[in-house]
Amino acid sequence: MSDTVKDKRPLCLSGKGVTKVFGFGEKKTVAVDHVDFEFHEGELISIVGESGSGKTTLSKMLLGLSSTTEGEIFFQGKPRDIKTRKKKKEYWKDIQAIFQDPFSSYNIFSKIDTVLLDCINMRGGRSLPMEKKVEMITEACSFVNLKFAELTNKYPFELSGGQMQRLMIARIFLLKPKILLADEPTSMIDACSRATILDMLLHLRDETGMTIIFITHDIGLAYYISDSVYIMEHGKFVERGTADEVILHSKAAYTKRLISDVPKIYEEWDLSTV
Amino acid sequence: MGKTILEVRDLKTKYITRFREDVYAVDGVSLKIEEGKSLGIAGESGCGKSTLALSLMGYYFPPLHYISGDIIVDGDNISKMNPDDIRRNILGTEIAYIPQAAMNALNPTQKIIRFIEDVIHVHEPGKTKKEIYEMARARFEELGLPSSVLEKHAVELSGGMKQRTVIAISTILSPKVLIADEPSSALDVTSQKMVIKMLKNLMEKGYIKSMIFITHELPLLYNVTDDIMVMYAGQIVEKGTAKEMVFDPIHPYSKGLMGSIIVPEAGSRDVKLTAIPGTPPNLKKPPAGCRFAERCKYATAECRANLIDSKEFADGRSYRCIYEAEKLREVYGNE
Amino acid sequence: MKNTIRQVFHSPKFVVGFVIFALMLLMVIIYPIISPGDPLQMISKGSFLKPGVYFSVYDSINTNSKTIDLPEANQKRLANKLSDTDKVSMVQWLTAAGVPAEDIDMEDTTSLIKLWNEKYDPTVKPEGMTMAQRNFYKRLDKSLDNILNEQPLVVSAQNQETQTLDEIKRISDTDYVNLKDVPNVKVLPLGTDNFGDDVLKKLVSATKTSLLIGLIAGSIATLIGLTLGLLAGYLGGFIDDFIMFITNLFTVIPSFVLLILISYSIGQDKRGASTVAIVIGITSWVWTTRSVRSQVISLRNRDHVNLSKLSGHSLTSIIIKDILPYIASYVVMAFILQISTAILAEASLSMIGLGPKTADVSTLGLMMDWAMSYSAHLNGAWWAYFPVILVIALISFSLNLMNTGLDQVFNPTLRD
Repeated sequence: MSDTVKDKRPLCLSGKGVTKVFGFGEKKTVAVDHVDFEFHEGELISIVGESGSGKTTLSKMLLGLSSTTEGEIFFQGKPRDIKTRKKKKEYWKDIQAIFQDPFSSYNIFSKIDTVLLDCINMRGGRSLPMEKKVEMITEACSFVNLKFAELTNKYPFELSGGQMQRLMIARIFLLKPKILLADEPTSMIDACSRATILDMLLHLRDETGMTIIFITHDIGLAYYISDSVYIMEHGKFVERGTADEVILHSKAAYTKRLISDVPKIYEEWDLSTV
Repeated sequence: MGKTILEVRDLKTKYITRFREDVYAVDGVSLKIEEGKSLGIAGESGCGKSTLALSLMGYYFPPLHYISGDIIVDGDNISKMNPDDIRRNILGTEIAYIPQAAMNALNPTQKIIRFIEDVIHVHEPGKTKKEIYEMARARFEELGLPSSVLEKHAVELSGGMKQRTVIAISTILSPKVLIADEPSSALDVTSQKMVIKMLKNLMEKGYIKSMIFITHELPLLYNVTDDIMVMYAGQIVEKGTAKEMVFDPIHPYSKGLMGSIIVPEAGSRDVKLTAIPGTPPNLKKPPAGCRFAERCKYATAECRANLIDSKEFADGRSYRCIYEAEKLREVYGNE
Repeated sequence: MKNTIRQVFHSPKFVVGFVIFALMLLMVIIYPIISPGDPLQMISKGSFLKPGVYFSVYDSINTNSKTIDLPEANQKRLANKLSDTDKVSMVQWLTAAGVPAEDIDMEDTTSLIKLWNEKYDPTVKPEGMTMAQRNFYKRLDKSLDNILNEQPLVVSAQNQETQTLDEIKRISDTDYVNLKDVPNVKVLPLGTDNFGDDVLKKLVSATKTSLLIGLIAGSIATLIGLTLGLLAGYLGGFIDDFIMFITNLFTVIPSFVLLILISYSIGQDKRGASTVAIVIGITSWVWTTRSVRSQVISLRNRDHVNLSKLSGHSLTSIIIKDILPYIASYVVMAFILQISTAILAEASLSMIGLGPKTADVSTLGLMMDWAMSYSAHLNGAWWAYFPVILVIALISFSLNLMNTGLDQVFNPTLRD
């Protein structure tokens, strides 16, 4: 996506000086250190960082699951207000998440039906007739290439990791939030299922105009999927820009190192640099 | 043609679960590695690649059980040796094995040099501590590890350093075959690169004569090994050189697997990722015919009915599919 | 769920524990039905009656007798009358009279008496035996003869008018009555205790009370532990600090000491079985709290809880639906262990005299306490304490076995 197109789109989620500090005194750790970001509507943004870079802490703050120590997060241009439970609940209608480990993302005691019905109820569809609900669920399942008829009365853990992650996308499809935060959704599943998940996320974005924030440690994946890429190191963004800018013409030394450390197939992988 | 270091003929092993069910995780695998060559094994999780790694050592303990087949290491058939002999005479000197979580195997209360003393004492009891230290120091420096590591405890080392240390310890007796099962998957990219560099170093300097490298990351395999084997549901579906396998896969499953490669390089953004629908078959009751038939869009009734034999080319390439290679290439070209 | 239950019953340890426990439970339920009556009713005058079958002498005299002539009847009668000291004296005389030692068998009373009858001669004066000793042997011989006296016994009743004794029955040594014809027979499989209560009946009722105490105390402890653990673990922050402060306080004070102090301050009169159960319950929740809390903390950060929050579910709904089911297996295990600990705690408390009021109920601990007070172990009255120990051991063994079995099912790292 070129800059001209991007600039036309309104801001969806942005932050100024967002900081998270854990502990105090000698044990003080700055997990996220004064980061600024602008995520536009309908954009697919990747946040790339190695483990310990603070990307998961940032995602928790974006989701409103943990508070910011400093700085402010803006939602649709206005300061985000999630002080009360009620306001939080409102905010969560606009932002949803898919987490890394599909096996721990489901309550193993609830059936797939319950998981999906819950989404309809949350969107205010509690009073809809059962047939309508089933129709919606079936549509969501077919969006991710699953057949609801085969899933009804089953538990999520009876599915494979890839299927469970697809069910997560079906959940998002039902919830239709404005922002989806996907925290390493493909790192625990096989390469062959990975392609399916990525395609579905892209499809979801195209269909609903959702903003997708994709958090990953795999720079190749970020390059493949995103419009813009933020590279995170030690709680700071060291480089940001469009995918082509950041990956093919990277300026920051850290980004260059990260790219050179990933095995290549078209070019020679230079092993002498470590 | 170099000397054959490891040859496996029709190896079959199984797991027995808690409910007394048999899981045929390695079902008729044959392979051959020559001196100085490395072989990569790729496949989805649950395809039996890790079980194959365990089975290749000839060291079976419940729930893993040997069924049939031969494992020949440098001329000696080890498949029917008893576990004690294997442990004493094969592991470490003939075959070394590094699992993914190897770095967690170091006892945190001991210095690194103690592990090396332990390993060497079993095979060369006469050596003095000083000799062992000198030998270890020389080997460590040769492999690019600082010799100060020898006097440290495992907790003082980073994850990547621990993994490299474990590799150095397990190859200290210069085994003929090194089996590395996802040795770098738990590490960050930089440490992964260091591990890979070290493995290549071991091969080049001749400390190991051959290597089997198992991973699901194809770009890594492409850069590390000479040959690649693709495994599916306990069987080898295709084998060829790394270049052939990545750029010219024959078997529909390999084709699908190679279509899921993602690298941060110019042009890779325009390649359409392919996905393989469905899930692998249950290995408790493997299908009668081609194991991939259920997920293969080219499958026919004949595929499902009979076991497909491997077709072999003169240059060592082989694949397990009912179609001719040319036919498949043509079909892929048209898509 | 179904699968879990199937797995639980696949665990041999659990099954063995469960069978033992179920058998005891069945006993507690069925025995009072087949043998009704108040377990605390004194049935014997005099304490520590041996286990056995007791039948009324009065009734047996009034029962029609049949004549049965058994050849060894006399010897058996003799053997029964002969005390161990008498036997030792007999052996001494026989040895002194020159009978070779290998011919004398002290264990076999019948052959000893036979040997005595053959060899004893009052005129023989073995060397080194005093006059007094010789007279003792004459008396011993005479008393043996008296036992073998085949004269019938006369049973008589006093005539109310004449005040004379009228003979009503003669009982000869060959008279037998069928036990079934005797109307009053009392079987005491475990005899009686110091109060003269039927030990078996009391044991069954005590087991029931002790299990109830265990159940009540276990429930209270688990409930308190679970609630505090959930709150501390899930809410964190100040509430966590506060609950953990109290928990740590209780951890450092040995709960048994606390138990003794509370029981003592309640006073003997007010201590019923349920009071004791409650006191045990409120002093033993500490470890449940600690472990529930640590489990909840690790669950709190699981993605499904985060997702549940994002779905806007309330705190109670998250705790009940997303946390509780995950720790349920652990809580069940802790509950089983609490029952067993509470039963042991009750026994220990009763042993030092701080158990429930004796007049109201019997508990396993009280039975032990009284058996000890009346020195049952010194009197050889094993039936007053040994079965109690066995029951306590079996309860705690079976519960612990079930717990280990469950642990193996729920904790895959412990599987064989």
